[in-house]
Amino acid sequence: MFRLTILFLTLHFLAFSKQIDVCKNCTQTNIQSAISVADSGDMVFVKAGTYNEYDITINKPLTLKGEKGTIVDGQKKGYILKIEANHVTVSGLHLKNVGMSFTKDFSAIHVYKAKNFKIENCTLEAVFFGMLIEKSNTGLIKNNVVSGEGTQEITSGNGIHLWHCNNVVVENNHCHNVRDGIYFEFVTDSKVLNNLSNHNLRYGLHFMFSNHDTYNDNTFRENGAGVAVMFSKFIHMERNVFEKNWGTASYGLLLKEIYDAEIINNRFEGNTIAINIEGSTRVNYFNNILKGNGWGVKVAGACYKNVFEHNSFSSNAFDVSYNSKMNDNSFNENYWGDYTGYDLNKDGIGDVPHRPVKLFSYIVNRTPETIVLLRSLFVDIINFSEKVSPVFTPDDLVDEKPLMSFK
Amino acid sequence: MLKIMKYSFFDLIRSRWSFVYFGFYFLLGMTLLFLNNDVSKAIITMMNIIVVLTPLIGTIFGVMYYYNSKEFTELLMAQPLKRSTIFLGQYFGLALSLAGSLVLGLGIPFAIYGVVGSAALLSFALLLAVGALLTFIFVALAYNIGLANDNKIKGFGIAILMWLFLAVVYDGIFLISLFVFDDYPIDKFSLIASTLNPIDLSRILIILELDISVLLGYTGAVFQQFFGTSLGMIASFGLLFTWVALPIGLIVRQAKRKDF
Repeated sequence: MFRLTILFLTLHFLAFSKQIDVCKNCTQTNIQSAISVADSGDMVFVKAGTYNEYDITINKPLTLKGEKGTIVDGQKKGYILKIEANHVTVSGLHLKNVGMSFTKDFSAIHVYKAKNFKIENCTLEAVFFGMLIEKSNTGLIKNNVVSGEGTQEITSGNGIHLWHCNNVVVENNHCHNVRDGIYFEFVTDSKVLNNLSNHNLRYGLHFMFSNHDTYNDNTFRENGAGVAVMFSKFIHMERNVFEKNWGTASYGLLLKEIYDAEIINNRFEGNTIAINIEGSTRVNYFNNILKGNGWGVKVAGACYKNVFEHNSFSSNAFDVSYNSKMNDNSFNENYWGDYTGYDLNKDGIGDVPHRPVKLFSYIVNRTPETIVLLRSLFVDIINFSEKVSPVFTPDDLVDEKPLMSFK
Repeated sequence: MLKIMKYSFFDLIRSRWSFVYFGFYFLLGMTLLFLNNDVSKAIITMMNIIVVLTPLIGTIFGVMYYYNSKEFTELLMAQPLKRSTIFLGQYFGLALSLAGSLVLGLGIPFAIYGVVGSAALLSFALLLAVGALLTFIFVALAYNIGLANDNKIKGFGIAILMWLFLAVVYDGIFLISLFVFDDYPIDKFSLIASTLNPIDLSRILIILELDISVLLGYTGAVFQQFFGTSLGMIASFGLLFTWVALPIGLIVRQAKRKDF
């Protein structure tokens, strides 16, 4: 009997799932009323036109689809779309003008305690928060464009904000002009793939307490403070591009309290500090390119057992900077642009070990004011003498096998 | 004075040293631009060279020219000419020809590689202006040293030491004092200390004009507040001009009092 019921219900879904159209001349003229008459599993199809609606709540499993040219204007009054049910798919909508509040996180799409949600091909414009996904599992966020118009950090929200989620894929989205492009907090087993995050007020990508996540093929460009990664374990970052995060407080990648991560094949170009690491342990840096940054790798302390291999450091003002004489990280077979050694046996590996930490970078770490002597002849002289016989910089920080060329 | 200046100027233009100097900068500019086609990157490299080299060349040329033309100077002094006219004429002749070599030697290659339309024009103009001013400053200082010392060897020695002091030792003392007085607010101090040395002043002026200035961090912010404003720009150029004017005044004073 029970099985029969299930079968019947499934058939009911398959056979009787219907499409409800929304347009100026249809029976349903606004989206909220269409949703309230719809049954579970139905599709609400919104035809082209502008709809002035906000706080639209989806409380049953259905598909909400927009025709090309559909605009939902929230008139800056609150949330636009609230998803509070499982199996909801939203696609092709253009949502704009989300309300701004100091007490509520108004967002264009708010997903709360939902499973199996899907948000695709949507354009979110002039948002406070773009997508706010809370306590939800198993979702897909794909091909969306999120943009804000914030000018200050406190009066703007995040593009794609995930909080307490699990198993979500964020793919092919473009976030710009919001506070943090993509924000993860307590998000596990999720993937961030192929996104572009640029011109955001604070971070392009910001994640905390989010373990076992993968970040591949993303581009983070010209964000106020670059990318910040904190208090997370088992992170995998591959083939990302961090570029032009250039400002007095900008980082390409800021790592704080990160354990057991893999940072592979990324490119860092034109950042004030390409990688800033603090309290991170057992992180592997392989095959990354660091080019034309102010600082290549800035090690602030409590970093143990990190491995730097086959990376390319070139045209950075400081390749590697340390603030103490202690070193527990290994540098091996990297390419150093300012390596001055030679390779007699032509095996591609320099015969003279390379010391990447310059005395001046140590001095600058101790007394930041001394940076005004940048590019002074005196600094070149002391750097040279320190290189010949290290006194202040970690004497075991040596790349024994510097590469003569990179790829 | 103009006549003597013209004479000195053309004398130097005819001599091969001006050409060597011109050729050196010309080749340098060409090679740098050829190696990295990026004009703004080339300007950074150029800055390193100009800030160290123009003072050195200015100093050595100044002292050398003074001692070499000493007999001619004494001959001129037998004529009814004011002493300040003679020495200032020679000084400007020399300084102008050196500055000209620098400006043309670097200007031509950069013009060929199209600096005129690019965004780097301003920083490049600043670079040349600073280089020319440094030449004027150090030739004047060298002339003073020459006037004060009849002994050639001693004069040369002092001139080189002066360059060494301003280019290297000064920064060393500066660095150590920053290091020692770490616990005190030293932003103001470092600002003042760096404006007192023309080489440091020029270096910082150029760095702030380039986008590597963000590396200066919050210390840079203090500098940016000072130099970044048009007032600061005027003030720092004023300081550089003072650095030119003071030694020139000293030349006049020394020339008047010196017993030849």
